[in-house]
Amino acid sequence: MLEINGIRKTFHAGTANEVRSLQGVNLQIAPGSFVVVIGTNGSGKSTLLNAVAGTFLVDEGSINIGGEEVTQWAEHRRAQHIGRVFQNPFSGTAPTLSVAENLALASRRGQTRGLGFALAGANRDRMVGAIQGLGMGLETRLDNAIGSLSGGQRQALTLLMATWLKPKLLLLDEHPAALDPRSADQVVRITDRIIARDSLTAMMVTHSMQQAVTYGDRLVMMHRGQIIHDVSGAEKRRLRVEDLLARFEEVRRADLLDTSAADLLRARYI
Amino acid sequence: MSLLLGAFIIGLILALVALGVFISFRVYHFPDMTAEGSITLGAAVAAALLVTGHSPMYATMAAAVAGAVAGLITGVLHTRFKINALLSGIIVMTALYSVNLHVMGKSNVPLMTVTTFADQAAGIAAHFGPEKVLLFGREASVRDLTLLGLSLGLVALVGVLLYAFFRTHLGLAMRATGDNDQMVRALGSSDGVLLTGGLALSNALVAMAGALLAQYQGFADAQMGIGMLVWGLASVIIGEALVGTNRFGYLLAGAVFGSILFRLLVAVALRWGLDPNDLKLITAVFVFAALVLPGSFAKLRRRISAPVSGGSRA
Repeated sequence: MLEINGIRKTFHAGTANEVRSLQGVNLQIAPGSFVVVIGTNGSGKSTLLNAVAGTFLVDEGSINIGGEEVTQWAEHRRAQHIGRVFQNPFSGTAPTLSVAENLALASRRGQTRGLGFALAGANRDRMVGAIQGLGMGLETRLDNAIGSLSGGQRQALTLLMATWLKPKLLLLDEHPAALDPRSADQVVRITDRIIARDSLTAMMVTHSMQQAVTYGDRLVMMHRGQIIHDVSGAEKRRLRVEDLLARFEEVRRADLLDTSAADLLRARYI
Repeated sequence: MSLLLGAFIIGLILALVALGVFISFRVYHFPDMTAEGSITLGAAVAAALLVTGHSPMYATMAAAVAGAVAGLITGVLHTRFKINALLSGIIVMTALYSVNLHVMGKSNVPLMTVTTFADQAAGIAAHFGPEKVLLFGREASVRDLTLLGLSLGLVALVGVLLYAFFRTHLGLAMRATGDNDQMVRALGSSDGVLLTGGLALSNALVAMAGALLAQYQGFADAQMGIGMLVWGLASVIIGEALVGTNRFGYLLAGAVFGSILFRLLVAVALRWGLDPNDLKLITAVFVFAALVLPGSFAKLRRRISAPVSGGSRA
């Protein structure tokens, strides 16, 4: 469903602030696969998601979604294939519009928006049904401004909006990270349920080792703009939090070795 | 009475400016300086067409189209060429000053000798018979009353159309763009195109107001746009205070009421001897106060109601 071939991205190239965020990433994701992406801070995991979403264009390499080459497509054009939920609960919804109006916007993702009335007719029944499915008691608040809801409720609605029209790819960028533990847990469980129900292809970036081992059928670990581990199938199911922590420790040691080796060389030759 | 009626009519015409400013400033949070140029552009285009014998209806519509083009250019400057919002508007406003002089051929075009919508209203009024009627015990000219009715009908029509438009799929996406452009992109629409379209709509309304104002006062002038953005903003702010809710339809109606009320207040103040030269200064101070005072009051209230800390130690 998703094919990433050798993508590279350097921000602020040629300046003192140069950041090599993606350094040759290759990744193939099969239809219906739920991939969890982990990595240290600044490893490029969110950048990878943004590269796929089209927030910026990559310097090198190609991106292919559902057999269509989208490397040069603008962000809003790619959205016809992609549903997204962001880390910031405020990013996914329009606060002054009502819940129903936000869902109506999502019901036209990637389609032309004409002069038909957005809230006309049969859609409302489906809205009520879908919101009931969230189990948050929001079905009575369809006409309230979304800005009056809590972060967890907004994030759950964003998830509903992202999957209202079945996307070829669902991108989740640490979407429960800014919520309190209870809401975060609720949002992750809703996510898992929707992905299973609609057999969606999904990528989820997370900081939580617990989520990384519990959810998904494949795990990708990033470091310094590259994929350094890729675990799936039975091996992914056997994975425990301790295994992941051990992997992170390995990475850290390798980094230490790099810097201490560099210091050694500097001391000797400069 | 005629002073009052005049204030009402101008208030209604300028309500179109308020609606335009509401769209750019409140829906998109875009301080669109283009409005100052496009109101004059509307007046200039309408005047040029009226002088060459076109109908008032045609002239007014052409003015609206010209305004839309001006807004479109501002939108393109901002979204395609990444020029700062305020500066894009100022660039187009500055350019429009020359354009307006070219369209009019001189800095002031009198419309006394051509048929304007005001004259058409007088034509309709002639059918009613008497030239003056008694209203609340005072004499009022039927011509003015007919004009008032026509302006009211027009502004109501524009208001209802806008309300309906902002409930369509396209209109909703435009409102969402001002709210959260990131989300609009994630839902597959170009926020740049939606903003540009909104600015075109906003400036079409402003230019239409310019065309009607020129016809009502009987001349188009190169200077008539100065201060119009702040004027529109003052109307919007008064309107918000009047309706006291955030519901979209109420806010649209509020902008219209705000414009009328503001014009009435100005008419009364002028009657009481306010120097017309001070009008823009007072409008500016009013907008400043309206923007700042609500926050200061809230701060003051918190300070008063907060418990005095460390008082027991003294």
